Amino acid sequence: MSQSSTDPRLLRAPPKRRLRLSWRDERVRGIVWQVLVVGVIGAIVWWLWSNTVHNLEVRRIATGFGFLSREAGLPIAESLIEYSPTDTYFRALLVGLLNTLKVAVVGIVLATILGTLIGIARLSRNWLLAKLAGIYVEVIRDLPLLLQLLFWYVVLQNLPGPRQALTPVEGIYLSNRGLKLPALVWEAAHGWALLAFLAGIVGTWLYRRWARARQMQDGQPRRVWPVALLLMAGLPVAVWWALGAPWVVDWPVLRGFNFRGGTTITPEYFALLLGLVLYTAGFIAEIVRAGILAVPQGQWEAAEALGLRPAQVLNRVVLPQALRVIVPPMTSQYLNLTKNSSLAVAIGYQDIVSIANTTLNQTGQAIEGIAIIMLVYLTISLSISLFMNWYNARIALVER
Amino acid sequence: MADTTTRIQLETAVARVPGEASAPRKPPVTATGFLGWLRANLFSSWINAAVTLVLLYLVVRWVIGFVEWGILNAVWSVPAGQTQACREVQGVGACWAVVTEKHRFILFGTYPYEEHWRPALVCALFIGLYVVSAMRRFWNWTLVPIWTVTLTVIGILMWGGVFGLPYVPQERWGGLPITLILATFGLAFAFPLAILVALGRRSQLPAIKAICVLYVELIRGVPLISLLFMASVMFPLFLPEGVNIDKLLRAQIAIILFAGAYLAEVVRGGLQALPKGQYEAAEALGLSYWQKTGLIILPQALRLVIPPLVNTFIGFFKDTSLVLIIGIFDLLTAGKTAIIEPAWQGFGVEVYIFVGFIYFLFCYAMSKYSQNLEAELNRHRRR
Repeated sequence: MSQSSTDPRLLRAPPKRRLRLSWRDERVRGIVWQVLVVGVIGAIVWWLWSNTVHNLEVRRIATGFGFLSREAGLPIAESLIEYSPTDTYFRALLVGLLNTLKVAVVGIVLATILGTLIGIARLSRNWLLAKLAGIYVEVIRDLPLLLQLLFWYVVLQNLPGPRQALTPVEGIYLSNRGLKLPALVWEAAHGWALLAFLAGIVGTWLYRRWARARQMQDGQPRRVWPVALLLMAGLPVAVWWALGAPWVVDWPVLRGFNFRGGTTITPEYFALLLGLVLYTAGFIAEIVRAGILAVPQGQWEAAEALGLRPAQVLNRVVLPQALRVIVPPMTSQYLNLTKNSSLAVAIGYQDIVSIANTTLNQTGQAIEGIAIIMLVYLTISLSISLFMNWYNARIALVER
Repeated sequence: MADTTTRIQLETAVARVPGEASAPRKPPVTATGFLGWLRANLFSSWINAAVTLVLLYLVVRWVIGFVEWGILNAVWSVPAGQTQACREVQGVGACWAVVTEKHRFILFGTYPYEEHWRPALVCALFIGLYVVSAMRRFWNWTLVPIWTVTLTVIGILMWGGVFGLPYVPQERWGGLPITLILATFGLAFAFPLAILVALGRRSQLPAIKAICVLYVELIRGVPLISLLFMASVMFPLFLPEGVNIDKLLRAQIAIILFAGAYLAEVVRGGLQALPKGQYEAAEALGLSYWQKTGLIILPQALRLVIPPLVNTFIGFFKDTSLVLIIGIFDLLTAGKTAIIEPAWQGFGVEVYIFVGFIYFLFCYAMSKYSQNLEAELNRHRRR
């Protein structure tokens, strides 16, 4: 055995083969194939491109993104930033992008919570709960998302008008004009409290790191939650209190045929969010279930045998292992949700696709409009997958 | 108390004449049978019992509500175009009359009314095609002629113009046949494309690999809608002047390109899961690349990924509904159009339930099939 590894013939580098111009040479074949494929694809692309250029000339369509600075003149129903139809196309598209992000971010958070709950419910020892969760997953995954969106939109439109609005809790009104919620009148103190809360999160994280490092040294576990409570709840409240504790709530009130005051969630946004969250939660539930099932029973038993409390068993032993299985498919569900939010155009929620579509219809800039849509989604997709890859690498199994 | 009873029973057991076997005691009623099952699965603890009762209450209430709305208070048919009866029960009862009156339109769109047997036959042929393709005994080359013949017959039936069938232009097709056409042709063309791309992505030739990676990542990074928009507004610019491809075909191309990228990733998973020894053994036998791929690698790799492939198929079957956005007349579009008519406005819920039921039937059948197949293919792995 050891002889063969010291065999001088093996130590010598393999003889360098000269490239022979023969079909029998693998490398020659490789080069020919590549040249062929690249040539054919290049020719097709060039043909399409030259056709396009010619067609654009014939139709007298100017290319370029100059139209972005022209006045848009398109009304947008809901916007996170100041916008009026006299603003430019660029600003209109920005509003659309923010609307897309608004539905995607909220949707991802809610779908994760709902999906995890349903996934755990499917594993419940309670037969009825497990069966109901199973039926939910099966039904929701077998219906097209677009159909579900149209369905929810129709349901919301069929709700009674503002005068007969449904009121599950005083101050919340559900009518065919959307969902009316009481709003907090925003003041500087709230901003500072929010800032203090963010600082609290950072502080808690730092303390946790420090506590872990100390535990490694002296073996003494330290409680994190009192500090977390103090930093994340106590600090913001103290800041808010110190700034005079402003608390004015703007309640929605029925005036005439519509509500005044409060904040509105439009039927379009509500239907889109509802459809996306319910649909994606069905897929996330299956991922969570598979992830938990992937942790062998022995791991639970071993953790219990070590005398860990149930919460510790879950936190320290089961979840870290389950997450390794859960995170990669979860990433693609997040991406799917974001891409599926483009279905907004079917129910009239003005996201980036809807506004870009209107823009390209108004200006005739088809190529630029579609390029913008694709660029936006590619950027979002790449950002989410980069972040999730980083997170995945962090929780991945550290082997020797 | 319990202690004494056991002791007494033990003593009586001991006191019996040796050799005379005592009958084994039955377990308590609450631990076996239906009661035992109830106790173990629904009322094992206080929390569980509370959860069960709450859920039971919600389910019963919901079922009663649905039965009242959907059956007891429902209007099943109205005289043509007279929706007064439906308007009266709106909110408390369903108006299935919209489905009874519009079902031909929802299923077959604007296809000439007296020729509706043709699209109906086409749908039946498609379903027969799926059933035959799902049977494992047909998983060989016989599938190719079966598909070719069936698709040709479908084409003849839809277009007509021969064998005494009146010609029906493609603009008048609609409803379920369009959904099935988009899904079937989409997959039939996307699948070979996906295999080529997956092989290309694992190829050692850098240029080919780069092109395949670019294609897959680009397509998977954008929503299907943007591709459909591209097919509907940009595609005409790509072609030479005067050449025009109809909208359905353009959407079909977009769906093929889209499905190809996703299926390619599934196939690639199978190629990666195959042990390296299989590749090496094939090479050691002196097989050429295409012999190796066609005879050794693909048959095994594809078998590995059949369940995820079927799941992807289900996804695409649902995604064909997106053509609604560019105005192609598929099943969902037909449903949405049926309620545009003022007389039927406001009865969308009933129509969408009907359309959803059709989609559900197809997808549920595929998903059950995939689960059975997975169990069957993994039988050798089970201990």
